[in-house]
Amino acid sequence: MSGHAGDSFAELPVAPKPPLRRFHQARWDEPIIFEQSRPGRRGVAVPAAGVPAVELPASVRRAEPPKLPEMSQLHVLRHYVRLSQENLGVDQAIAVGQGTCTMKYSPKVNDRFVTDPRIAELHPLQPEDSVQGVLEIYWRLERMLAEISGMHRVSLQPASGSAAIYANVAMIRAYHASRGDGERRDQIITTMFSHPSNAACAKVAGYEVITLMPDENGYPDIEALRAAAGPRTAALMITNPEDTGIFNPRIEEFVGIVHEAGGLACYDQANANGLLGITRAADAGFDLCHFNLHKTFSTPHACGGPAAGASCVSEALEPFLPGPTVEFDGERYRLDADRPRSVGKMRPFLGVTPNVVRAYAWIMALGAEGLREVAETAVLNNNYLMHKILQIPGASAHWDRGRLEQVRYSWQGLFEETGVHSEEIGVRAADFGVHYWTSHHPFLVPEPFTLEPTESYSKEDLDEYAAILAHVADEARRDPELVRGAPYNQTIHKIDPTSLDDPKQWSPTWRAYTRKHLA
Amino acid sequence: MTSERSVTSAASAAPRQAPARGEAFTVGLVVNPVAGVGGPAGLKGSDGAEIQRRALARGASLRAGERAAQAVRALLARRPGARILTVPGPMGEDSARAAGAVPELLRIVPGAPSSGKDTTAAVEAMRDAVDLLLFAGGDGTARDVLDGAPSCPVLGVPAGVKVYSGCFAVSPATAGAVAAEFARDAPAPGGTDGSGTYGGTVEAEVVDLDEEAYRRGAVSPRLYGTLRVPAVRARLSGRKVGSSSGAPGSAEGVAAEVVARMRPGVRYVLGPGATTMAVGRLLGLATTLLGVDVVQDGELVAADVAERELLDLVDGRETHAVVSVIGGQGFVLGRGNQQISPAVLKKIMASGGLVVLATQQKLAGLNGRPLLADTGDPEADALVEGYVPVITGHRESALYRIRSAIEEFPS
Amino acid sequence: MTHPYIPNAEPGVRAEMLAAVGAASVEDLYADIPSNLRLDRPLDLPEPMASEHELVVHMRGLLARNTDTTEALSFLGHGCYPHHVPAVCDEVNGRSEFLTAYAGEPYEDHGRFQAIFEYVSMMAELLEMDVVNVPTYDGYQAAGTAIRMAARYTGRSKVLVSGAVAADKMSKLRDFLDHDIELVIAPVGPGGEIGEVEIDETFAAIYLETPNVYGVVETRGRELADLAHAAGALLVVSADPISLGVLAPPASYGADIACGDIQSLGMHQNYGGGHAGYIATRDEERLVAEFPSRLFGVAPTSVPGEYGFGDVFYDRTSFALREEGKEWVGTAAALWGITAGVYLALMGPEGMREIGETILARTRYAMDRLGEAGATVLHGDSVHFREFAIEVPSSDALLAALRGRGIFGGVRLDDRTLLVCVTERHSRHDIDRLAAAVQEGLA
Repeated sequence: MSGHAGDSFAELPVAPKPPLRRFHQARWDEPIIFEQSRPGRRGVAVPAAGVPAVELPASVRRAEPPKLPEMSQLHVLRHYVRLSQENLGVDQAIAVGQGTCTMKYSPKVNDRFVTDPRIAELHPLQPEDSVQGVLEIYWRLERMLAEISGMHRVSLQPASGSAAIYANVAMIRAYHASRGDGERRDQIITTMFSHPSNAACAKVAGYEVITLMPDENGYPDIEALRAAAGPRTAALMITNPEDTGIFNPRIEEFVGIVHEAGGLACYDQANANGLLGITRAADAGFDLCHFNLHKTFSTPHACGGPAAGASCVSEALEPFLPGPTVEFDGERYRLDADRPRSVGKMRPFLGVTPNVVRAYAWIMALGAEGLREVAETAVLNNNYLMHKILQIPGASAHWDRGRLEQVRYSWQGLFEETGVHSEEIGVRAADFGVHYWTSHHPFLVPEPFTLEPTESYSKEDLDEYAAILAHVADEARRDPELVRGAPYNQTIHKIDPTSLDDPKQWSPTWRAYTRKHLA
Repeated sequence: MTSERSVTSAASAAPRQAPARGEAFTVGLVVNPVAGVGGPAGLKGSDGAEIQRRALARGASLRAGERAAQAVRALLARRPGARILTVPGPMGEDSARAAGAVPELLRIVPGAPSSGKDTTAAVEAMRDAVDLLLFAGGDGTARDVLDGAPSCPVLGVPAGVKVYSGCFAVSPATAGAVAAEFARDAPAPGGTDGSGTYGGTVEAEVVDLDEEAYRRGAVSPRLYGTLRVPAVRARLSGRKVGSSSGAPGSAEGVAAEVVARMRPGVRYVLGPGATTMAVGRLLGLATTLLGVDVVQDGELVAADVAERELLDLVDGRETHAVVSVIGGQGFVLGRGNQQISPAVLKKIMASGGLVVLATQQKLAGLNGRPLLADTGDPEADALVEGYVPVITGHRESALYRIRSAIEEFPS
Repeated sequence: MTHPYIPNAEPGVRAEMLAAVGAASVEDLYADIPSNLRLDRPLDLPEPMASEHELVVHMRGLLARNTDTTEALSFLGHGCYPHHVPAVCDEVNGRSEFLTAYAGEPYEDHGRFQAIFEYVSMMAELLEMDVVNVPTYDGYQAAGTAIRMAARYTGRSKVLVSGAVAADKMSKLRDFLDHDIELVIAPVGPGGEIGEVEIDETFAAIYLETPNVYGVVETRGRELADLAHAAGALLVVSADPISLGVLAPPASYGADIACGDIQSLGMHQNYGGGHAGYIATRDEERLVAEFPSRLFGVAPTSVPGEYGFGDVFYDRTSFALREEGKEWVGTAAALWGITAGVYLALMGPEGMREIGETILARTRYAMDRLGEAGATVLHGDSVHFREFAIEVPSSDALLAALRGRGIFGGVRLDDRTLLVCVTERHSRHDIDRLAAAVQEGLA
């Protein structure tokens, strides 16, 4: 083969990579699935009855076939594979931008355990002797979480972190009711920067919520707690470190004040990733706490669930746990549904089993030393990233104090200078293959963005992420319209959301869309 | 100085919505060219020709015009098709042209130098002619705008020394951005109850300090009325699935909780403010925005009462005072509600108590500083010191520290 | 050795990062935690597996102690159903772009928005309703939320609930609705359907399930809808979507809110971990306002012909503030929604009709066969879908006998009643095998 050097348009060695990645998200310009339908096609065959058919009475018989798409198998698959490529998972991206959500690596090997038929094809009401393996996993995970929290018993039934908070509120309610104190204790105290699900769940359970505001130093006002705590107090529900990343050093005093008033103390441990093996809920005197298995214990977020929660309680609260519980007599595992004081079912059956299995396998891959390494690295990563972010002009962090595993930052400086919103910075950053989240209520930090780098990301990842934000902030100064016009390298271009809030136009389904806009 | 006549904008009765997409969007622009001139000169405000003259004599420069231009620039960057209607000369035209706009001009001739009356006249001249009124100035200018009873939503470009009113954007660039977002939005769904607070606009309080007193070191904010401002809509981002939806703490939510907590046979003294006004609205009563009203068992016992009358009304029965936070410093007593005098407060605290209304957002804006009572009588102030219940939303409250202003700001 | 899951545990990089933040050690970063709260010992946890291989061996050992429903012949249902899961469902929900993504923004996670929009859209066709939510946790939660929505919508606090509801589900409803809503339990009629009921103007809703806990298909939906509407109340119907290729959708007989579980649509049984809930209504602003969950809708982008997505009517809480607080919203079951969408796209209208017909026919066949085998089939004259109850001298004795023959024969409802589940996975031969075993077991 002879070379044609004269035709060459590029030379070796390949030039070094530019400082920022030249990312482009997949753009398949994929139609809605209904637009790909052709009558008569199908994607999967169904077993024929093989026994005499049943004639339905007209009152229950469907009149018209549902207008579902009709597609061959490859085309259904291809459509969804394309959509999946238009999505960013932890496996592709540097997912440090979802503060409070603890996006970490979910080991692939753990997915194999849950697709094994001996998990996937188990029915939850099988005889106990046929499910000893999965019951042992539930039991062993419960014991490990009890040790990590210092609590006595753990229920793995709640479907998510918020559902675990709700289960805890339900147990608090049952506890006071069992003491004839349920009517009187009708208030739950929480703090401004605790996760808003604490207030929301308390309200659903019928409680009035009293919120402690931050004092001058950013800590919840302990004197306000003293004033609030009393005979009407059912419980204190508190996140620590709060969603700001600040650890409240007087937490034990908070618990003491509430106990003295006859209330319970309930710890939202959604932000526990920096605390594993460092400090425990029980050691600060808490009566209840919860973990999110999909945050701290690595089960995948799955585009927004299925997740899993764990409600952990002290001995005094054990009778109220959701049922059934898993018990072990030293030889065999069994389910105990005979629990007269239990708050009852929080969801169907025992729990979100695939995530229970994954969380168990994750802890078994790390052990005590590994968990501590996780916590320390999460805190180090966060402080390192904070150091990088605060070097970007226009970025700031409220309250000048130490942070554990996450920080809520503000682009207020940049916003005042350029009029570019935090959300617009985030959309532009996505053009470089990353994303971030702003904040939920309370919107106290203006133009917020909340980052939590967990233990999964390397220093190089954090450097790249900070460089992207620095670049976009610089763009906002030089050419704000460029940032506002983003995205450019995404699957789609800038969305006009106006119609989403207009009842005459909004289209929550294709059926509504065709009726309103294609008729 | 502008007059202290208390007015409410007529716009709150018949809010005008932003035009649908495609129609030309007209922004009215009114600039108080001397706003802010007293600040750098250390004069704590710019109200009055004499102060302005002194400030300029001290070498102050006029910066309100440039700040208005920044806002217009930010608006036009996002909405190049927006029309600008403004006042000839430094009260708007100059700023619009500096931002590259070709403005349409009102046929009015402001005084030279211009005064608050010119601002009011310009607002009146723009009635029904603009979709959004952008003004540059401070709290004094906001009062002049209020006096003009604008027919459309209003947004302030912060350019004054005092910008405590709720009608201001945080910076000129953001004022332009908010105006552009407002222009983009089609008429928002008004909700089914006709309250009109959903989507498009919200009511913002206009407060101002007495500058004479302020120069003497006394902070004395007062509520003058409310203006409708564009609501900054929840945007696509931040809609995190791992969180409870929405922020609690609208005036309606707070009012609902107040009403839910009202007990039969108990009297409630409602102070001035938009939130206490919402309580009256929910009860279906004609309470006043700026006055002190008394309600009991769902009935209006007396409206806009004076101190002497109030003293009789609270006598010998359980009474609670329901007050809101006036201005950014945290005053809840002794500012705009002097009718709740030391004597009245003593009777109320002996029979019932004090409840404060504020959203969590507003409390948080105090950055941990206490709420303030300044009835003028340390003994009366002492009765409310400590932690006061603050209703922040439906089934939600906070306990918040309240102090006597005399202790907080010893003279 | 650096742990494979923790890149920055490597000592060199750790030192670099500590130097950058100006800390001597990680301990400095924990300065805010008081020493008396610090754990002064290592956690007491089992020794970890030193390698992936050892972890696999350990887990394999645990899994070996389970016998799954592909090994035994299982007729267990009662809320968790053994339907065939098409391979494409597993393929799509195993895609790591979906599996490991957060619930991100409409740009970088456009694929998820479209996939979930398509899921709710296919459910809408099946249900003949215009509004369907992004999945909630499970059918229990969907029922609880649907009832709360009805209460908020009507401003009333009493609900008539069908007595033919699973005991566990009733337990969840009691706890979740406690304090705010009073439940009045309707009697079960002799045919297993809801009995005669009456309501008045204090009721927010009638709550009905079809097929109900006994597998009985409710036939008086229209009558109940009329009864509810005459009192100014709503009809809330929980229906399993897999039945709707053949059974009339709740909206067609007047239901105002439909709800249920979607585990049947492509989720493995997962030992009870495959659940997700749906809630659907007509497109009426006041009803839409009461959804606590997210609703995704189409929005245009700056490029013609490009679909964007976003949240419909996001600030819905404004309405509730004046009435009752809404429920929390959290991470729920989005991936199962995507999977159910894949399932419905694969099945299409024909597949949904066929699977419905197969299940109806095999259920009836199994009822006949077990009757012949000596069991007393309850509610035998009613229409059944997928499940039916039988009465036997001793539930425990029969279940034990069947277990000895490699069969999980049914769910024990009480000492003498069993619930038997038959799906398209059970061949005629499987059913005959069960009948023969029952006959022997009862002999």
